[in-house]
Amino acid sequence: MSASAKEHLFALAGNPNCGKTTLFNAITGARQHVGNYPGITVEKKEGLCSLDGHTIRLVDLPGTYSLTAYSLEELVARDFLVHERPEVVINIVDASNLERNLYLTVQLLELGVPVVVALNMVDVAESRGVRIHCDELSRRLGVPVVPTVARRGEGKESLLKAAVQTSESGRKWEPLRLSYGADIDPTLQDMEQIIEEKGLLTDLYPARWTALKILEEDEQVLGKAREADPDLTQRLLSLAAKVITHIQKTLDSYPEAIIADHRYGYISGLMRQGIVEQRWRGDRLLWSDQIDRVLTNRFFGPLIMLAVLYGVYQITFTYSEIPVGWFEAAFSALGSWAESVLPEGPVRSLVISGIINGVGGVVGFVPLIFLMFLAIAFLEDTGYLARAAYMLDRVFRIFGLHGNSFMAFIISGGIAGGCAVPGVMATRTLRSSRERLATLLTAPFMNCGAKVPVLAMLIAAFFSENRAQVMFLLTLLAWIFALVLAKLLRSTILRGPSTPFLLELPPYRIPTFKGLMIHTWERIWQYVSKAGTTILAISVLLWALMAFPGLPEEKRAVFEKGRQEVVAGLPAEVRAPLLAGEDPASSDPAVIQAATALAELSRQEATEALKYSFAGRMGRALETFSRWCGFDWRTNVALVGGFAAKEVIISTLGTAYSLGQVEADQSLSLSQRLQQDPHWKPLTALAAMIFIMLYSPCFVTVTCIVKETGSWKWGLFSMAFNTTVAFVFATAVYQGGRLLGF
Amino acid sequence: MKTVLLRHMQPKQSGVIVKVTATGELGWRIRDMGLVPGTPLHVQGRAPLKDPVAIRIRDFTLTLRNNEADHIHVEVADGS
Repeated sequence: MSASAKEHLFALAGNPNCGKTTLFNAITGARQHVGNYPGITVEKKEGLCSLDGHTIRLVDLPGTYSLTAYSLEELVARDFLVHERPEVVINIVDASNLERNLYLTVQLLELGVPVVVALNMVDVAESRGVRIHCDELSRRLGVPVVPTVARRGEGKESLLKAAVQTSESGRKWEPLRLSYGADIDPTLQDMEQIIEEKGLLTDLYPARWTALKILEEDEQVLGKAREADPDLTQRLLSLAAKVITHIQKTLDSYPEAIIADHRYGYISGLMRQGIVEQRWRGDRLLWSDQIDRVLTNRFFGPLIMLAVLYGVYQITFTYSEIPVGWFEAAFSALGSWAESVLPEGPVRSLVISGIINGVGGVVGFVPLIFLMFLAIAFLEDTGYLARAAYMLDRVFRIFGLHGNSFMAFIISGGIAGGCAVPGVMATRTLRSSRERLATLLTAPFMNCGAKVPVLAMLIAAFFSENRAQVMFLLTLLAWIFALVLAKLLRSTILRGPSTPFLLELPPYRIPTFKGLMIHTWERIWQYVSKAGTTILAISVLLWALMAFPGLPEEKRAVFEKGRQEVVAGLPAEVRAPLLAGEDPASSDPAVIQAATALAELSRQEATEALKYSFAGRMGRALETFSRWCGFDWRTNVALVGGFAAKEVIISTLGTAYSLGQVEADQSLSLSQRLQQDPHWKPLTALAAMIFIMLYSPCFVTVTCIVKETGSWKWGLFSMAFNTTVAFVFATAVYQGGRLLGF
Repeated sequence: MKTVLLRHMQPKQSGVIVKVTATGELGWRIRDMGLVPGTPLHVQGRAPLKDPVAIRIRDFTLTLRNNEADHIHVEVADGS
């Protein structure tokens, strides 16, 4: 029994929407998402399970319709099969959509890898009057076929048994030899023979498959072949060229088209040979069609969609307020506790302002991400998201985007008050890479919930008569900027033809609770464990920028002297509590006056300290540029602080204007202060609002951009690009306004 | 019988694909979805902005943009 002691390696392959991920979850219990939107599984997922003493390592390949070299998912799947050589590929086939699903099966068989077919959703097929004779299908395909119902976990054991049996029977790679017609077969035969003789890539691929791929002009295989033997590849290509020209002349077609036709011909042949029994005529999509008649209706469709999207937005941002409040309370309690046990000094400041606030910042997003993913997973698994993409694609295509870009924009703050962190993560529903990048780089232009209070504060100060209108205008501007800049990116650095749309509208389904939870949990864990650490590190760094270097001794001495002067004339017993910052216990007007003066002094000291810190110096150094858009060092330092989180702009401005602690939701004092400041005019405020709306995303968002794109390059790009855009437009507004005499 | 482009077909109209002219990635994607000559299809409807178009083919619903549908020639009954 030595064979059973070793670990088996099986791979799971299948079309999107065939229930592959559900089956994977049922078998391994692993954390893995089940999606209804084609192609959500981009990562390679693994899980372990055991059967009768066998240990099985199961790898979930990306859901694909085919095995071409055009998409990353397909290359990943193909390379895994070829390089990792799994003993068996479990190919999941949707019984209610057999023909198209078998297209991938045929390609797997052409590659020659040992296959076991899991005929999934047999219950759905049955309910529509379709019975599939597994034995007959198995006999025709020459591989085991096992009926399954992944949602209920039915058939998974017999499936694994069949796979273990196949693997232990020692089946070798044996490519299926289909006929591709009189035009192709003879040449294919010749090429196969040459490849076999010379051993071209035969360690990786069966000779016939290599020949087939050369005829199909597959870039990856051609590249590898050229590398291995350029002369031989040239010879094979000239053989192929003859067929290609011949087919073009006589049939006005291409070998890859003819080959595909024959694959489908083979499948249609199977279908006619008593495999499928139509017991009564039930349109399997009847229900779905009825729903679609309403949900994609020309008039009701867009209305319902707006309602659904607004609902997602409401659920995400309203219901997350409660747990976010709990977290905030918990972290502020933790902060107070730390304040009471730690002695005053840089360590206390680091623990409270750097670490506790940093961790609080990471955790504070968790409820948002949880609800956003839950809502999106629900829309995806039901099949509605594909409908939304279908209805919106025409609009977003104008800007080089995809119908599904909409979701990311809405979540990011397309309805003012979202958040770019879950917004950037929501771009996972986009399959095409250029459209996805353009979406996630422009979604942070939206007015997120942290920018809104800052904008509201400035509006209250300078545009108090038209608050709603100005806020609406800013929301509109955010959309215009995001879409136009997306177009700009798509016509410059992300230039390229749009990825083919061809989107399947899967039948509506009720999602499984388990699937939703597994998916959502996995996303949160990824966020906390991967993004969390980076966020914490940057949070500490930003704290250090604002806290160091501390005021030099002589400047502190000046403030200390001022304090001593204030309390000099007071009785000794009130001095100590006053200097310690406690509320005056006495109602003596002199004591109250002294307390006020002391508070004013410490606010001024805070302002001086901020000005003296690294951030303050950056703020002053930046005045060289920022005076173009009308900002002084105070605004600059607030904007630097705003990189931590946009609402920090308010508290930093508060410190910079010696107002003491200013909370984001109680910014009236700051509004009044700015109103009275000769430096601030409505024009300055407008330029500042434009700048705040557009400049670098906060670092949590940047971290997510890095995680989503897999490269720091795009994170840094978004910081530089957005800040440049913000600077250009704020300057244009400010200088233009001045020219017009505002 | 006459041949029209899928783009010009009306909702609820049916036909049989006679030719697909797309090449490269689009050609592959079209074929992967089972849009090959000889396949019957039925136009389900169009998105609210008339584009993309939704078709029923081989037991599932597929949507494609009009400029993608331009590559698909369909034989339909006269006068339909």
